[in-house]
Amino acid sequence: MINYFPEEVLWHVFSFLTSHPDRNAASLVCKSWYNVERFSRGKVFIGNCYAISPERMISRFPRVRSLTLKGKPHFADFNLIPQDWGGNVYPWIVAMAKGSTNLEELRLKRMVVSDESLELLAKSFPNFKSLVLVSCEGFTTDGLAAIASNCRFLRELDLQENEVEDRRGQWLSCFPDSCTSLSSLNFACLKGEVNVAALERLVARCRNLRSLRLNHAVPPDALQKILAQAPQLVDLGADSFVHDPESETYNKLKNVMQKCSSIRSLSGFLDVNARCLPSIYPICINLTSLNLSYAPGIYSKELVKLIHKCKKLQRLWILDTIGDKGLGVVASTCKELQELRVFPSDLHVVGNVAVTEEGLVAISAGCPNLNSLLYFCQQMTNAALITVAKNCPNFIRFRLCTLNPTIPDAVTMQPLDEGFGAIVQSCKGLKRLSVSGLLTDQVFLYIGMYAEQLEMLSIAFAGDSDKGMLYVLNGCKKLKKLEIRDSPFGNMALLADTGKYETMRSLWMSSCGVTFGGCKTLAEKMPRLNVEIINEGDEMEGRPDDRQKVEKMYLYRTLVGPRKDAPDFVWTL
Amino acid sequence: MAKDGLGLETELTLALPGGGGSDPSGSMEKKEKKRVFSEFSSDETTMVENKNEVVGWPPVCSYRRKNSFSMEEGTKMYVKVSMDGAPFLRKIDLSTREGYSCLLMDLEKLFGCYGIGEEDSSEYVPIYEDKDGDWMLVGDVPWQMFSRSCKRLRIMKRLDAKGIGLHAKDFHKGISIEA
Repeated sequence: MINYFPEEVLWHVFSFLTSHPDRNAASLVCKSWYNVERFSRGKVFIGNCYAISPERMISRFPRVRSLTLKGKPHFADFNLIPQDWGGNVYPWIVAMAKGSTNLEELRLKRMVVSDESLELLAKSFPNFKSLVLVSCEGFTTDGLAAIASNCRFLRELDLQENEVEDRRGQWLSCFPDSCTSLSSLNFACLKGEVNVAALERLVARCRNLRSLRLNHAVPPDALQKILAQAPQLVDLGADSFVHDPESETYNKLKNVMQKCSSIRSLSGFLDVNARCLPSIYPICINLTSLNLSYAPGIYSKELVKLIHKCKKLQRLWILDTIGDKGLGVVASTCKELQELRVFPSDLHVVGNVAVTEEGLVAISAGCPNLNSLLYFCQQMTNAALITVAKNCPNFIRFRLCTLNPTIPDAVTMQPLDEGFGAIVQSCKGLKRLSVSGLLTDQVFLYIGMYAEQLEMLSIAFAGDSDKGMLYVLNGCKKLKKLEIRDSPFGNMALLADTGKYETMRSLWMSSCGVTFGGCKTLAEKMPRLNVEIINEGDEMEGRPDDRQKVEKMYLYRTLVGPRKDAPDFVWTL
Repeated sequence: MAKDGLGLETELTLALPGGGGSDPSGSMEKKEKKRVFSEFSSDETTMVENKNEVVGWPPVCSYRRKNSFSMEEGTKMYVKVSMDGAPFLRKIDLSTREGYSCLLMDLEKLFGCYGIGEEDSSEYVPIYEDKDGDWMLVGDVPWQMFSRSCKRLRIMKRLDAKGIGLHAKDFHKGISIEA
């Protein structure tokens, strides 16, 4: 019956479909639904920029207004992927410019973005409103100047953790006086000076500014003046804070903070003197999000005092210098906590200041709404994980990282299989999991058995045999991304179910047991997968032997065959 | 395989079997060391062996590594530390400490002056000599500023500081400022 509805009705119904999985499902029902859906889709999400070509994307979704693209695989974050691997956004911008796409939003993650791309972007899309770049590289402040100068309706410029070359230009001054539409400006990752006067004027004329994250170059007295102009801010990031609690600036800052009653989210504090923290106490009571993970200057006692005031916190990112005791305070104060990330303050594993299983157990007991965790810790126990699983069955993301990657249960010296097993069994909605510590095939048996909603799994230094990987591939029906390093999985596991990889976005395996021969076999069998080998060996002499183990393999499904921009060190089999 | 030695002992190598890399772990080590986070120094303390030479572990993204863990990669900032009553001095590298908590805990370990980081329980007070030659109380200024200007450290007996009006509270930075 529904097939006979006029298109306008279908169109209207589809306008309520916002999630990509829903829209993808609807487009599979029949041809007419496919057509209505594709013309009505405004937001396109592409998790792997090499899975499809820009031209095909545009031809399927001609009315795309918002595009999200992801480039390099996740392990690129940890220096496992060499420079110039790929993930360049330029071809996408060229194609959309040619196709007269009415692009309004572009969100990129782990991609290479050149100044040329930014200039083309700025000049090709008159309605462009929002640029969000996360963990990208390849551009300079000249590219930002182009965006500022040309995008007349820019609402959002959000730069998160990018590598940006600072050309000491005046990119901020390039926002014309007529620009009053900014609601979000984040340049915390820029290293260089900015024109503070231009910034102050910009803030003053953008009355809708809700989110502002400044870099280290904005001095405290400027911060105070800016906040005075923007008491409506909801999200503030300030790297350079006042140093002297006796100073005039400190007093002014304290006073102005009291008026910023809308601030719900705070970050930065790279360079803060703990004695000046009381200036932010007035806003603590309303804070829902606090990121102090880049602030080593605040040590435990001060941090704890601060957190004591943040009773409404839902998201907290901190360093492990907070210690187990500090986490205990979080547990007793932040009853509404949903997301916690505890980062390592010291990469040298000196056993100095860190958190252990005790802190995590305390958090789980005090914060039953916890659903997202990233926890770098000195040690862990099965008993603790079992308790955490019982206390917090709502985990969607659970990432545990022991600083020593193969450390056993600190009390029993057993593998941590049972602990993670309890997590997957209890948390029925778990979508993302990272495991670490001493782990055998058993943990993968549990994951395969219980982690029914799991979409992303990260494995390092774990497992005993191919069986481990097989349990996961056979069991996790919704698996999209699997990344494995330094684990003894080989060809048998890789080739057991080759069709599985077409249901997934990608598979990464490095320092495992797969060989060239195995990868070649897979590539031959599955033409719709790109099986890429990354070679960094200087000792390479011609094609390696089939029995040779592969150092790094990245495979992904694609509709467009081998990529044409692969550098010399990437071989597509 | 990879589990016992965390990467360095792996036999994986890109060399042809029997030829090329006659010392597989050697060549891996060379390659891995090239990519290892550059400020790592393995010689200084008795830390767990080799854990840090695993590329990309712990999995902290490179932006965070560059922006959190040191100001200038590779530069060491050794300063002398003396304690009143101790027969000899020690040296400590400020560039590998992330903040005051770290520093104070290390001082406690080196000298056994437990409680130096706590408010009331210590008989000692840490002070430092700055670039101008003045002796300053540790903790007043942000860490980066401190580590750049500190020339030497001294762990002074609290009794000697009596006349200066040092309260245990002042020492722990701002706790007395209760709005």
